[in-house]
Amino acid sequence: MAALETFYEVMRRQGITRRSFVKYCSLTAAALGLGPEFIPQIAHAMETKPRTPVLWLHGLECTCCSESFIRSAHPLVKDVVLSMISLDYDDTLMASAGHQAEAILDEVMEKYRGNYILAVEGNPPLNEDGMYCIIGGRPFVDQLKRVAKDAKAIISWGSCASYGCVQAAAPNPTAATPVHKVVLDKPIIKVPGCPPIAEVMTGVITYMLTFDRIPELDRQGRPKMFYSQRIHDKCYRRPHFDAGQYVEAFDDEGARKGYCLYKVGCKGPTTYNACSTTRWNDGVSFPIQSGHGCIGCSEDGFWDKGSWYARLKDVSGFGIEASADRIGMTAAGVVGAGLAVHAAISALKRARYKGDDV
Amino acid sequence: MAASKPAHMLRDEDLVGTNLEGLKAAPLRARRVTSVYVYEAPVRLWHWTNAGAIVVLAITGFLIGAPPSTLAGEASAHFQMGWIRYLHFAAAWIFAVGFLGRVIWAFFGNIYSRELFYVPVWKLSFWRELWEEVLVYAFVKKYARKFIGHNALAQLTIFLCFTLTGLFMIATGFALYSDGTGIDSWEGRLFGWVMPLLGGNLATHFWHHIGMWVIILFVIIHVYTVTREDISSRQTLISAMINGYRNFRDDSRD
Repeated sequence: MAALETFYEVMRRQGITRRSFVKYCSLTAAALGLGPEFIPQIAHAMETKPRTPVLWLHGLECTCCSESFIRSAHPLVKDVVLSMISLDYDDTLMASAGHQAEAILDEVMEKYRGNYILAVEGNPPLNEDGMYCIIGGRPFVDQLKRVAKDAKAIISWGSCASYGCVQAAAPNPTAATPVHKVVLDKPIIKVPGCPPIAEVMTGVITYMLTFDRIPELDRQGRPKMFYSQRIHDKCYRRPHFDAGQYVEAFDDEGARKGYCLYKVGCKGPTTYNACSTTRWNDGVSFPIQSGHGCIGCSEDGFWDKGSWYARLKDVSGFGIEASADRIGMTAAGVVGAGLAVHAAISALKRARYKGDDV
Repeated sequence: MAASKPAHMLRDEDLVGTNLEGLKAAPLRARRVTSVYVYEAPVRLWHWTNAGAIVVLAITGFLIGAPPSTLAGEASAHFQMGWIRYLHFAAAWIFAVGFLGRVIWAFFGNIYSRELFYVPVWKLSFWRELWEEVLVYAFVKKYARKFIGHNALAQLTIFLCFTLTGLFMIATGFALYSDGTGIDSWEGRLFGWVMPLLGGNLATHFWHHIGMWVIILFVIIHVYTVTREDISSRQTLISAMINGYRNFRDDSRD
């Protein structure tokens, strides 16, 4: 493998003019929310730094993260894959297959020891020694641990890698386990979502390449620039929430008028993601805009948090699934009745009181 | 009770030299009363402010979980959920600041002002008194001991259902509040650990809701027991929380 070219060299080789390159740098700065003073810094980085090798592994997953990624519009995914990173291994996107593909993995790991980024889509199942997910004849968990050992940093793509997602939902028969519980000694950037927003994925990669460091993360390990606000905070239906105007059923007048979906179980108020600002498919729409509540796909364990059409989760173990309010009201009723009986007995006892015995 | 009148029941000669001189003691059921100043002014003020805050918090909290029916007309004409949430947050601040003030007062107030914040589980007498109080409520024993502050059962219930639950509501409440103020706000920094611990944002909402029901049940039981005790026990309760003085209806030893 030849020495890696810098970003700038690759772009020039592909016929991109200097002028377009500078424009690209300013657009990237804008996409990352940076001021104009950062444009020369980005340009300098792209002129001097070799492209960072990225190894993209696929575990137990549905490839929706990849499907989302290839639809990135700002920056275009072709710019990311062809100009910004050196995507040396991604079994769903790469041309080579079989032994040839596996050989590249070993080569990159050897040559760029400690300098490549590992992107993980999906997660390893741990039950039966990891036999529920076999890559190249070996359990995925082995491949993950092997590649993670010499990685600079790990990106956990999607809710699968970040939290476990659908395959880790109760009862989790394969013991599907998120990456951070398998790899304990590497910095891990979680980019949850099912799938994550394309621009969020490319934005995270762009940031890491430009500044050569991982973005600022929140307590759960998510990049703050995309996951520090709730869907609810920037939702265009928020005024209806504050006014007290809700969709009560999906075929009512409120639904036609675009009222708030809070009462039909929208998880926007409990979900941290950038959907309501970035939106999807080049900013066309997002679930709430098309009339369905947010299902909270970027939150930990969203499959097990109750109905997508109810506000709060149900409590099992009471024979039936009961809500917090039903339990509370039942308890209040039982206590109230008990107190009424107690009061009646107290009154009877009191009626025999002469008033001066003690 | 012995056939002779208890010592605290007054005889005619006891009224001599008082404003009741000349009246007959027996029909008045005149008695000698011991009065102790138990609840100091800050405690009383806090109690009733707190009670008001809890009522507002429970009503608005319930409505946040289950909002009223949709309002017609333009969104700009209404601010219903906005007001409900505003009242909830305002009352929550009163509750939280009051709680903090109450903790501070425990350092300056009398010994009874500290009863809310601990349960003397290491004392054998506590367990004995607790059992006696249970027997009284089960109608097995007729009279409980007299207590200047809280009886053992009351102290235990208040500690669990008010003090601990109240702290839980403050912690989960500020954690949920940080959803709006952001993870870099002081609420987010101070209480950001709560949500991951409880299993996420939605689970925190759920437990905050359960906490509301615990406090509602506590309020129901609290109102019932203080009313009942005020009528039939050996000491006053409701008026004590209004004027601070606890009157004992008899001077007998326990």
